[in-house]
Amino acid sequence: MSSAALAWQQFRLERKLFWRNPSAAFFGFVLPMVLLLLLASTVASDPEDLDILIPGIAGMSVMGTTFNSMAYSLTFLREQGILKRLRGTPVPAPAYFAGFLGNAVANAFVQVGLVVLVGHLLYDVTWPRDWFELVVFTIVGVVAFGSLGIALSHFIPNFDSAPAYVNAIFLPAILISGVFYSAESLPASISGVAEALPLKHVIDGFSDAIIDGRGLGHEFGALAVVAAWGAVGLFLAIRGFRWDDER
Amino acid sequence: MSAAAIEVSDLRKSYGEVEAVRGVSFDVARGEVFGLLGPNGAGKTTTVEILEGYRRRTGGDVRVLGQDPQDGSRELKERVGIVLQGSGFYPRLTVGEAVAHMAKAYPHPRDPRETIALVGLEPQADTRAGRLSGGQQRRLDLALALVGDPDLVFLDEPTTGFDPAARRGAWDVIRTLRELDKTVLLTTHYLDEAQALADRVAIVKDGRIVAEGPPTELGPASGTYRVSYLSGDRRVEHQTDDPTDLLHRLTGDALARGERLEGIEVARPTLEDVYLELTAEDEPE
Repeated sequence: MSSAALAWQQFRLERKLFWRNPSAAFFGFVLPMVLLLLLASTVASDPEDLDILIPGIAGMSVMGTTFNSMAYSLTFLREQGILKRLRGTPVPAPAYFAGFLGNAVANAFVQVGLVVLVGHLLYDVTWPRDWFELVVFTIVGVVAFGSLGIALSHFIPNFDSAPAYVNAIFLPAILISGVFYSAESLPASISGVAEALPLKHVIDGFSDAIIDGRGLGHEFGALAVVAAWGAVGLFLAIRGFRWDDER
Repeated sequence: MSAAAIEVSDLRKSYGEVEAVRGVSFDVARGEVFGLLGPNGAGKTTTVEILEGYRRRTGGDVRVLGQDPQDGSRELKERVGIVLQGSGFYPRLTVGEAVAHMAKAYPHPRDPRETIALVGLEPQADTRAGRLSGGQQRRLDLALALVGDPDLVFLDEPTTGFDPAARRGAWDVIRTLRELDKTVLLTTHYLDEAQALADRVAIVKDGRIVAEGPPTELGPASGTYRVSYLSGDRRVEHQTDDPTDLLHRLTGDALARGERLEGIEVARPTLEDVYLELTAEDEPE
């Protein structure tokens, strides 16, 4: 079987496994929706609030479906010896990872699409004004957060401690990056940290793509920051990669 | 193409200052079941993982099916099946799905159903891997290693933690591999396992091979025979390198006293005796 066919097989397997794991499906799909519906129906029901919340939740979803899920999955696969087993089979590493990452990409796109759909149908947020920009920021965001999630997994000692490591980064990141309210309202010291991290820039890109529609050129700086994190993430993900649990 | 499935000469592996493998050499012929026997930490797993391509050697030369496993070639991996120590598979896949998925990675796989039957997991074909018992999971490991129809199978401690019935079951599967003309490299720290399964055994201690040969021949090479008999209701035991002479003296003395040696037994050294002798910790280097 060709590498491309093996990658497709792996992708289909990952989809099957994803839907068989209720907690992953919940955190990947249901939780962001619940947050969106709760906030949009209570504290963030004004149109201006929704214009911030929809891109914010979309950005959070990209991070959740890639950074969090990569860090969890790889820690699990390594601890269970599944990665090591696959290493001993003829499945080429690129084919395996294409299928594995493809699953996260699919989740990210589905989730961003759902957020946009719910925002439009339930809360009268416009259809995205620049679909191309939305897709570009989703792809670059997936690469950055996915590779950073893989890099983080190298430092997680075991699966039981994975949520602590992931949430120590994920929760502060969503709080300071303007998921629930505009990052502009934060103190300079905190917004300075958010400026240096990728999530705020993914949200800025989504905000422009969905609400403002000024085009990719206008958000080039944000795109550059996310892409730079992607380069750092890929470097760390590949450099520290281990197939097995031994140190 | 060389006749041997595995050729190892002067293999060395160091982790920093620690030398885990210190000049190991052996060959495994095609179709042979070869056992690496030794206590935990002797260097068995390190040796096998070098042959499987997981680790890079520090020195020496290794050929597996004529290739250097360090190159990680896909063609070699298509011909080798690996059962690792304690590695799982996706717990949410059923046995049937797991074996069928792995079959796709190989050019000439065995039929997945037939492979599952071979390891005796047919009743569990629709059970998720995560719900299998320990022994059933190792049989799934074996099925996943066999589904590619490999020429060579590595089994690293295949029955550790098994109950006696599960061990017998695993032994039957390994005997089946011999009938299928597979070459098998087996590591174990169970003597009876090596004795029951392997055509030839190498005993490994502190990163070196200290004895090598067919299990039945390794025993007599040791030379420590045990002679015992009943004296009253007490069993007296003698150990000797020269049983002929000892028996002559014992029986001569007994006849001179007009006694009989009740319950006399002469025990040929077993692989266990050789093993314990060779791997004893208190022996000076």
